[in-house]
Amino acid sequence: MSTLASQIVTLKIDGKDCGARGDETILEVARQNGIEIPTLCHFDGLSDIGACRLCLVEVKGSPKLFPACTTLVTEGMEVLTTSERLRRYRVQILELLFTERNHVCSVCVSNGHCELQDLAVKLGLTHVRLPYRYPRLAVDATHDRFVQDDNRCVLCQRCVRVCDEIEGAHTWDVAGRGIESRVITDLSEPWGSTESCTGCSKCVHVCPTGAIFEKGKASGEMVKRRFVAELAAKRESRDE
Amino acid sequence: MTAEDLNELVEKELEANRGFTHSINVCMAAGCLSSRADQAMDAIKKELKAKGMDKQVRVRPVGCMGLCAAGPLVEIRDAAGNSEVMYQGVTPENAPELVASVGKAPVQSLVCDTSIPFFTRQVKVVLENCGKIDPERIEEYLAADGYRGLFKCIFEMTPVQVVEEVTKSGLRGRGGAGFPTGLKWSTVAKAPGKQKYIICNADEGDPGAFMDRSILESDPHRVLEGMAIAAYATGANHGYIYCRAEYPLAVKRLKNAIRQAERLGLLGQEIMNTTFNFTVEVRLGAGAFVCGEETALIHSIEGKRGTPRPRPPFPAQSGLWGCPTLINNVETFANIAPILRKGGEWFAQIGTEKSKGTKVFALAGRVNNTGLIEVPMGTTLREIIYSLGNGIPDGRKFKAVQTGGPSGGCIPEQYLDMGVDYDSIAQVGSIMGSGGMIVMDETSCMVDVAKFFMEFCKSESCGKCIPCRVGTSQMYDMLCKITDGTGTLEDVIMLEELSDLLKSTSLCGLGMTAPNPVMTTLRYFRHEYTAHIEEGKCPAGVCNAAGKVAEEVRA
Amino acid sequence: MSTMSAMPAPPSNDKRWKLVDATIKRHGRAGHSLIECLHTMQECFGYLDEQGLKYIAAALNLPLSKVYGVATFYHIFTLKPQGEHTCVVCMGTACYIKGAPQLLAALEAKYGVKPGETTVDGKMSVLTARCIGSCGLAPAVVFDGDVGGKATPSDVLKRVEKWMAS
Repeated sequence: MSTLASQIVTLKIDGKDCGARGDETILEVARQNGIEIPTLCHFDGLSDIGACRLCLVEVKGSPKLFPACTTLVTEGMEVLTTSERLRRYRVQILELLFTERNHVCSVCVSNGHCELQDLAVKLGLTHVRLPYRYPRLAVDATHDRFVQDDNRCVLCQRCVRVCDEIEGAHTWDVAGRGIESRVITDLSEPWGSTESCTGCSKCVHVCPTGAIFEKGKASGEMVKRRFVAELAAKRESRDE
Repeated sequence: MTAEDLNELVEKELEANRGFTHSINVCMAAGCLSSRADQAMDAIKKELKAKGMDKQVRVRPVGCMGLCAAGPLVEIRDAAGNSEVMYQGVTPENAPELVASVGKAPVQSLVCDTSIPFFTRQVKVVLENCGKIDPERIEEYLAADGYRGLFKCIFEMTPVQVVEEVTKSGLRGRGGAGFPTGLKWSTVAKAPGKQKYIICNADEGDPGAFMDRSILESDPHRVLEGMAIAAYATGANHGYIYCRAEYPLAVKRLKNAIRQAERLGLLGQEIMNTTFNFTVEVRLGAGAFVCGEETALIHSIEGKRGTPRPRPPFPAQSGLWGCPTLINNVETFANIAPILRKGGEWFAQIGTEKSKGTKVFALAGRVNNTGLIEVPMGTTLREIIYSLGNGIPDGRKFKAVQTGGPSGGCIPEQYLDMGVDYDSIAQVGSIMGSGGMIVMDETSCMVDVAKFFMEFCKSESCGKCIPCRVGTSQMYDMLCKITDGTGTLEDVIMLEELSDLLKSTSLCGLGMTAPNPVMTTLRYFRHEYTAHIEEGKCPAGVCNAAGKVAEEVRA
Repeated sequence: MSTMSAMPAPPSNDKRWKLVDATIKRHGRAGHSLIECLHTMQECFGYLDEQGLKYIAAALNLPLSKVYGVATFYHIFTLKPQGEHTCVVCMGTACYIKGAPQLLAALEAKYGVKPGETTVDGKMSVLTARCIGSCGLAPAVVFDGDVGGKATPSDVLKRVEKWMAS
């Protein structure tokens, strides 16, 4: 991979000429150049998994769409980050998310500070045409300081990654599969009685919605702190 | 082992065969076994002994003979290996008359007519040994030119020449997508890195497909030989066979075959006294269809949840534990040894311009002859269903043939004269897939079939990406509404919209192709959808669409 | 490199743990052997219980949540004990269109068990399979590992009655 990092490539994103290193992703280069691409599972400082599909972009010459977060830039690439087609898909994906679980903004601790809510506003999702699934899901309030609410989870796996990659505890993982997938702690035990959790609160602050929050917060009071990317960057520079 | 040793082993095996005037081959593949072929074989052995014929007639457990529905199948061959007669539906009680008929007039009531198109129209490359050799004895594979391809590679060819030969053959991946095998091999061969892996994808997940199972149960060494040739060509030294746990017999025979090949020095360290090393391990799947996707399969071998990841990087560059990895399916590997033995040009003569060679199909459903067939690429659907398959039972009318499993589609009558190859099948909205072919007649409801596959995709979705995880669930709910008789025309429009979304935005092939059964049935059988919705009736009489509407009217 | 913690003691002195240990050791306690180990444990005990999962996690040096995530991802693994006998109805395409749903309906009507459930007396679990590859003999049912082809509802009930009566 060292060869990629030393390569300098030029490409076009939305018509704008950009220069980049060969080991950078479309998302990184776009952001450096002031071009916003919607994301949900991506989180600065964590590995990318390409799961939410919101950052899909068009690349000239290919009928396929590419996730900007995991696709590396190449010489001469021409990227389109917005189009009618992309806008439609992004709205539909959000629509699917809203029907999957029970997202009720008015009673949510993250109301006003929620990335899912922000995306809906930004992408112009005004109403959901698909039927809501209304699954019956549990809330785990066994931890002293935090609560985990499956009703609001979007399965972005940020909690899983931050706990594994930054904290090193690997308390969280995904259990089951498909529509039955759930994030769990240890052997799907109550969070409060897990052995591995260090109580570091990183999962709380990377969670994009109100699915993991601090106890005692009322509707709209849970504001997340953004310290993980800094931690990751500091860790990297320390290794050098 | 050297070439002389090999010849000596083969000669010994042939010599032993010459001692018998006949051999009675009993099918011991999973299909016939479940019809109690093992009991029939024991009875035949006992009878031979009782009649003092066990020194002249040999009983040989063999692999799949193809016509599974007529099992257990038993074939009598003469000393030269020519078939004299095939018997079907053999029970232990038939043993005395069967044994008495050896070398004499056959037992008419048990004869399975092998002059029917089901047998005569087949061209066997992959299945050439199936039903002829004992899959549990490496000597029989060797006597049938086994491991000759590997010998030729190691002693007469450079790795580059091997890749060229495979490229020349025009072989395309038999797992479904039809990627050119030679190109894949050359990418792995050229990828930098000391450690490379070969993976054989034996996670035959399509419901209604059993080609790979039959190959593994009937001729496991052929797959090992193909893998070893691939390892030699690409510079790999370790291989995995990722096999479904639902195939215990295939796993048992594979493990046995690996042990035998290692003992003879055909696998392992310093193969045939050269510096070439290649070891093979079997890894079990655990009931996850998505693990047929190559990145998910890799995760599963690594002991993780079988979720796919975005490609690129492709496994050829970064696969198992980040090393260059070649993944081919069972049938692809099974084609390799004959290509190397007989040459790429020989192989390229079979089939159509863009799809070379033969294809093994598992013919099942509403068709008279169900079983395993191998035909040249380009054979028409009509020939397969009406000639080899001998048509639809009970005088019913053909409705559609489903190919490619949950990723494929339903092909209607108007395309029956289409020659089957990768490109023509894709043109009508389905995919070749691994080779499952399920025939449906007028008793099958196409909306119900679409629902069946959507339920499959919904519960096999890994759940990682949103379009597949939630989309398949929403589409399934809509199809349920329609089959219940409570669907609306808006649901159909929404089905089409979601089909497009899943196809374009899903992370892996499972989600991208999950809408295919819905899209093809909407394309060719839309009237069945509208009949459920507008008239509250299921034309095939499968769904209870009318019931619900009637209940509502009464209420 | 990471140091390997000492091999933990099995949850009990049940002899079957020796077989699980053999699989663990054959793979040198490598994390990638998790699925192989779970297979062995399920073959030995019929299902994966919490204690066993904890033991395998410790032996392979894996996080508990990862082990649980893998055990619940693959549908062959079950975390609940199964009945004395299992009746697996194949729901592959060929079996489906040749009447597999009617077989399940017959079992449910007679014994009140849906797929994935076990009778109250613990005698029988009814399960479904994606496709067992015996499509030529559709519909197929596996009775305690023994495949029966071209099954009709009355065949299945007759076979199962013997278990239930014993």
